[in-house]
Amino acid sequence: MDHRTAMARDLDHGQPPDGAPDEQAAQQHAPGTEPAHHAVHISIDQVSVRYGAFTAVRDVCFDVPRNAITALIGPSGCGKSTLLRTINRMNDLVPGATTTGAVTYNGEDIYAEGVDPVEVRRRIGMVFQKPNPFPKSIYDNVAFGPRLNGRKRDLDDLVEHSLRRAALWDEVKDKLAQSGLSLSGGQQQRLCIARAIAVDPDVILMDEPCSALDPIATLRIEELMKDMASEYTIVIVTHNMQQAARVSDLTAFFTVDMDNERQERTGVLVEIDDTDTIFTNASDPRTEAYITGRFG
Amino acid sequence: MSTPTTQAPGGRGLQGSVRQRRADPLFRVVLAVAASSVLLLLAAMIIRTSIEAWPVFAKEGIWGFLTGTEWSVGTSRSEVTGSYGAWPFIYGTLLISLIAIVFAVPLSIGIALFTNELAPNWIRRPLTSAVDTLAMVPSIVYAFVGMYFFRIEVWAPVGQRIADTPLGEVPFFSGPVLLSSYWSAANILAIMILPIITAICRDVFAQVPADEKNAAYAMGATRWEVMSKIIVPHSFSGIVGGTMLGLGRALGETLAVAVLIGSTRDMTSSVFQPGDAMTALIANTFQDAHPEAIWALLAIGVTLFFITMAVNIVARLIVARVNLRVGGGATV
Repeated sequence: MDHRTAMARDLDHGQPPDGAPDEQAAQQHAPGTEPAHHAVHISIDQVSVRYGAFTAVRDVCFDVPRNAITALIGPSGCGKSTLLRTINRMNDLVPGATTTGAVTYNGEDIYAEGVDPVEVRRRIGMVFQKPNPFPKSIYDNVAFGPRLNGRKRDLDDLVEHSLRRAALWDEVKDKLAQSGLSLSGGQQQRLCIARAIAVDPDVILMDEPCSALDPIATLRIEELMKDMASEYTIVIVTHNMQQAARVSDLTAFFTVDMDNERQERTGVLVEIDDTDTIFTNASDPRTEAYITGRFG
Repeated sequence: MSTPTTQAPGGRGLQGSVRQRRADPLFRVVLAVAASSVLLLLAAMIIRTSIEAWPVFAKEGIWGFLTGTEWSVGTSRSEVTGSYGAWPFIYGTLLISLIAIVFAVPLSIGIALFTNELAPNWIRRPLTSAVDTLAMVPSIVYAFVGMYFFRIEVWAPVGQRIADTPLGEVPFFSGPVLLSSYWSAANILAIMILPIITAICRDVFAQVPADEKNAAYAMGATRWEVMSKIIVPHSFSGIVGGTMLGLGRALGETLAVAVLIGSTRDMTSSVFQPGDAMTALIANTFQDAHPEAIWALLAIGVTLFFITMAVNIVARLIVARVNLRVGGGATV
């Protein structure tokens, strides 16, 4: 099945076109697709991830448009989190994990020889499932990344800007010296977003960022994501289909491919399309079955 | 609200059996006895040794005993006739333990970081077992290896190199470099406390949440930055705890020190020359000692006990302070 047919459709969600230099890259890396208003920011090409002999996800191809929210959904074990982690090379840290294929970011293959994963991660930030602030002050949490990069001056401004951007500033401006762990779960997650923003990435990967949060905190994060999409390219993995429907511009549906002969379960991409299309008029019956709750 | 009442299984009433009701209080008493026996044992040891040692403390004064530098043993059975100043031995014990810690702690942290964070699986297991095996080697073996091999082929030559540098101008590092010295004793101690500190560091490093490490990696931290900025700070209290355990072992280690320190009564100013330590003095002299000398040795034992206790208290204070500052950080 050719996943490429569904790639990089016109999103038509009213975001301004952006990233002219990448338009060319998009054309090069996704030949035969319709012209997109949104330039392709990240292009995933034939990506497979293996843990030892086990293939977690196989032959995934799709494009992530700039300044939009792309949601990855699918049942447990479909490899969506694994795939997300290939985008900033976090899988490199898992012993025995091998990634094949190409992930092109701003026209550059991040798996090419000589690419430093540390540099990749400074540009492609990540927010995790469980809020994971460091056991440091709120200020030091946000300043952590910039300090790694050797920044010592104007940290106050940067911290304030990042916290404002993560819609947390008003709640914490009087207690920046307090531990990040003293905040509520939702605040902690926004602190983690602020922390990710502080190193000035242009892509933010979110791995089920709301799964540990209550509904109100979840809504705040979702609003924040929609707000941030004007500046950042966001890729979110979610178990919550309503969340994908509410926040994302594009939705990619993954499923588990059972190989009965080899007793293997491998994640594969079924299709990717405008979120509206996926939820109302999916082209693959498996997508529809999942979305309507008949499976998964 | 009408909940149907059900009978307990077996048809008993809600009172249960006598045996069942008495089990908990009885168990509580047994455990309380077990726990208090530790306190009793400790108290008995302190009181008994302190009473025996008292004539010596009474004659020299506690301060005089601790700071005095003359140790000449008398032969009386009933009174204190010699003079007993324990400072050369206290100094020796503290000096070699401190040097051992300075060598062993960074090395242990390094070994633990390597095993936990960098080593591939096939090397992690042998490395872990090797360190654990080192912990089980009896001290007499360390003493022998130190005496017949290390001090001759490693420590003295290295010491000579140090004494030959401009550092050798400082009395503390000046030659001549002798085989039995503070330096040799400190080195064997460093090797002996390495396994315990490494094992504890390994455990506390493994406790650092993967989430926290991943968060740092995801912000573009290098492995080195994750180790130095996340893992080690997070494990600070555990590292202090492991260091204190190591220090405790170093302060108390007897055999290897007795064999390697040289046992001279004169306090020398250079680490490369022989000295003496509290445990070594006790081990080397108690067999031929007259009663008053035994009292003096017991006084040394009491002193060593209080030094160990002080080390423990200081460690707890450091840990408490750090946890207060970090606020909500992991404690071990």
